[in-house]
Amino acid sequence: MSKIDSKIPAGDLETKWTKYKSSVQLVNPSNKRNLEIVVVGSGLAGSSAATSLAELGYKVKVFCFQDSPRRAHSIAAQGGINAAKNYQNDGDSVYRLFYDTIKGGDYRAREANVHRLAEVSSNIIDQAVASGVPFAREYGGLLSNRSFGGTQVQRTFYAAGQTGQQLLLGAYSGLQRQIGIGNVQMFARHEMLEVVNIDGKCRGIIARDLVSGKLERHFGHAVLLCTGGYGNVFYLSTNAMACNVTAAWKAHKKGAYFANPCYTQIHPTCIPVSGDHQSKLTLMSESLRNDGRIWVPKRKEDAEAIRNGKLNPNDLKEEDRDYYLERRYPAFGNLVPRDVASRAAKERCDAGFGVNKTGEAVYLDFAFNMKYKYGKQVATLKHISNPTEAQLTEFGHEVIKEKYGNLFDMYKQITGVNPYENPMMIYPAVHYTMGGLWVDYNLMTTVPGLYALGEANFSDHGANRLGASALMQGLADGYFVIPYTIGAYLANEISVKSISTDHEAFVEAEKNVQSTIEKLFAVKGTKPVDFFHKRLGKIIWDNCGMSRNVKDLTKAISDIQALREEFWKDVRVTGEANDFNPELEKAGRVADFIELGELMCKDALERNESCGGHFREDHQTEEGEALRDDENFKNVSAWEFKETGNWDLHQEELVYENIKIAQRSYK
Amino acid sequence: MSGNMNINLKVWRQKNGKSQGKLVDYKVENVSPDMSFLEMFDVLNDRLINEGKDEPIAFDHDCREGICGSCSMYINGRPHGPNQGVTTCQLHMRSFKDNDTIVVEPWRSAAFPVIKDLATNRSAFDRIIASGGFISINTGNAQDANSLPIPKGDADDSFAAAACIGCGACVAACKNSSAMLFVSAKVSQLALLPQGAPERATRVLNMVAQMDAEGFGSCTNTGACEAECPKQISLTNIARLNREYYKAALFSNEG
Repeated sequence: MSKIDSKIPAGDLETKWTKYKSSVQLVNPSNKRNLEIVVVGSGLAGSSAATSLAELGYKVKVFCFQDSPRRAHSIAAQGGINAAKNYQNDGDSVYRLFYDTIKGGDYRAREANVHRLAEVSSNIIDQAVASGVPFAREYGGLLSNRSFGGTQVQRTFYAAGQTGQQLLLGAYSGLQRQIGIGNVQMFARHEMLEVVNIDGKCRGIIARDLVSGKLERHFGHAVLLCTGGYGNVFYLSTNAMACNVTAAWKAHKKGAYFANPCYTQIHPTCIPVSGDHQSKLTLMSESLRNDGRIWVPKRKEDAEAIRNGKLNPNDLKEEDRDYYLERRYPAFGNLVPRDVASRAAKERCDAGFGVNKTGEAVYLDFAFNMKYKYGKQVATLKHISNPTEAQLTEFGHEVIKEKYGNLFDMYKQITGVNPYENPMMIYPAVHYTMGGLWVDYNLMTTVPGLYALGEANFSDHGANRLGASALMQGLADGYFVIPYTIGAYLANEISVKSISTDHEAFVEAEKNVQSTIEKLFAVKGTKPVDFFHKRLGKIIWDNCGMSRNVKDLTKAISDIQALREEFWKDVRVTGEANDFNPELEKAGRVADFIELGELMCKDALERNESCGGHFREDHQTEEGEALRDDENFKNVSAWEFKETGNWDLHQEELVYENIKIAQRSYK
Repeated sequence: MSGNMNINLKVWRQKNGKSQGKLVDYKVENVSPDMSFLEMFDVLNDRLINEGKDEPIAFDHDCREGICGSCSMYINGRPHGPNQGVTTCQLHMRSFKDNDTIVVEPWRSAAFPVIKDLATNRSAFDRIIASGGFISINTGNAQDANSLPIPKGDADDSFAAAACIGCGACVAACKNSSAMLFVSAKVSQLALLPQGAPERATRVLNMVAQMDAEGFGSCTNTGACEAECPKQISLTNIARLNREYYKAALFSNEG
């Protein structure tokens, strides 16, 4: 086990980034034109990075596996984006956003990175508005805010329940502008399948044209992986169907350390699983917890009657309901962080209070605020002094519709139940992965010239991410961090001419990709790729999900090893290599997920503590809260790949100079 | 399970852009009404792989929550199927009956050539955005976000236009394969905002020119695009596009 250097600049926390920006090496404009950068992924991090770097004058190539860069999964983020603007005059500041994020991450994130994130958060909102992102506004024409979990201020900017869509389309339009001018070359329907290292530096990638099936070699002085998280290792998650770990995993196998793989976020408010056919889970935005109250019946017999369809939840009296988050966490109530809310839901359902057929659902109920918060407000505006209950409902309905209309429509479409009339049913589901490629302060991985941005890296969210912080981080990395930090590396690369893709390293890398594809076809087994993906997902969900223990994790590791063997003996990949072949794409991704799954369980097993989303049953307080072990685990686990199923563990000590670490409390 | 259905599918199969395609019959049994339309395709594809005769059916899809705009099936003569305001991925089998016959085709437009089976190439949309669907601002240039108040009504209308997911249903629905609803949504979003004003004229002229160059047809105001749009983008955006276009063409110095 060795220590690794995060290259955090010296000096006060508040001035580190400013000083860094003023002293980092620059690349002069004429040299930028000769430097090529490969960006993999076109979500918020990828689009904003590619655009900003192209504007600076670098030659940029962008790759995405979707048919258009606009479809990256950032598009599906619903609730909002945080920024320390303090437009609400409610006591927000850069320090408070920094503090909330470190605390929300259960003291497992790097101070310097998080402070930088909080510092640039305001610029992101400015940039987005200037590029035409239509955020929600008040009647005075100024921007509107709402609250998210783990905070006591209103700092979340939003565009109805489509904030990710609007931000991505903003970044995408900037990217398209650069493509139109010729500064960015776009490769849609291309999947990165290997990184190419030459003399210890990353110098390009091998990509597969998903339409023709042809393998291509692309040189870059630097390569940026902006390829998102690995939540689909669980098979069922709120990720898009094609979200995958492949790019990050190939980089990992070529020398990039993988940090904290066991830190996964289970989001508390998702639509429950309805049957075996289920292909993905749908999130109901955390913003709903502003106005929705979470409850289960107080008595088990009521829960059972509801499950059997004998009792309508609307008929259950107020005093017979257990608003368990408000009960357990009076200070934050329904707005506790995601990991806390998810575990609390699981606890109630495991204890027999679940409210749907499977027993794995709780209510998210808007009736109270619809009537008594918004209905009353509107009645007052209309000068109706004694509104009837029906009037209150009618008035409140309109307000709720404006705030959350698209989410309510989505819920109704998926479940067939009208959430304006019945409480929503929700259950936790896999949503985000805090772990990812280890990066230093410059966002560089352990391979020189290879960077990771956005969800693909590990750096800012510790063991639990706060709501509305993913969009913030993706855009911070792309718009405001990498344009500076990449100079530190490229300033020393200006004399390096473009390396021919006939170089033996490219030839070798392409050969490896080719042979993996051939190997997949050669198995000629009996089971479709999805069969293995579902089995893997179940192993991980059952053993490395919301709560974990030594016995199950140990068994999961051997189960996954066995699954890996079975996959390579019995998978059936149909079609041909030189063709548009979604089955082949899936097969490659699932093969990588299986290897990652083993590392996740290994990481969860080695981390003998609970923190944030990593809850070990053998490390909890008397009240069932996560119990950290700061003496032994105030660090980042960074795994170095040796060979399949074999890793070396390195650690980065986390130093807290500005925050006093404590048991996290939301009571 | 009770309530489950048998469905007769007629699906467009086409090896690639160069080959001829045809409708092929498939029977899918025991379909749960809670299943999404695409999950029914997953089940069918699973079966095709197991049988080993036919290749699984290729179709575009990703987020499966109606926002990425990937999914694109022409179902019983309607883009995204029978329900209003819904993408294919959000269409559930409870919208169909036992023993229904459902015809599934790719988007039909010369500007969206078929890649394979139900997947088409919609990159023409990206090129239209690249021709002018943006505000030319470099990173770091922005002023404070609240220094530019925008009337709530304008912001809301702009947002409603910006909700377009770029799926191409408007083109598939139109007898002329016109892309006017798509183009007008972007033109409107930016025309309604003060940030978009400096490039207002060049934007609309360039985007319309690119739209024509891509081979999309003309708009004859039949309104099929609005009726089939999963995000219910309004036809008034096309009226705004026309106003913007005439204004730019007649009065702008830049035209």
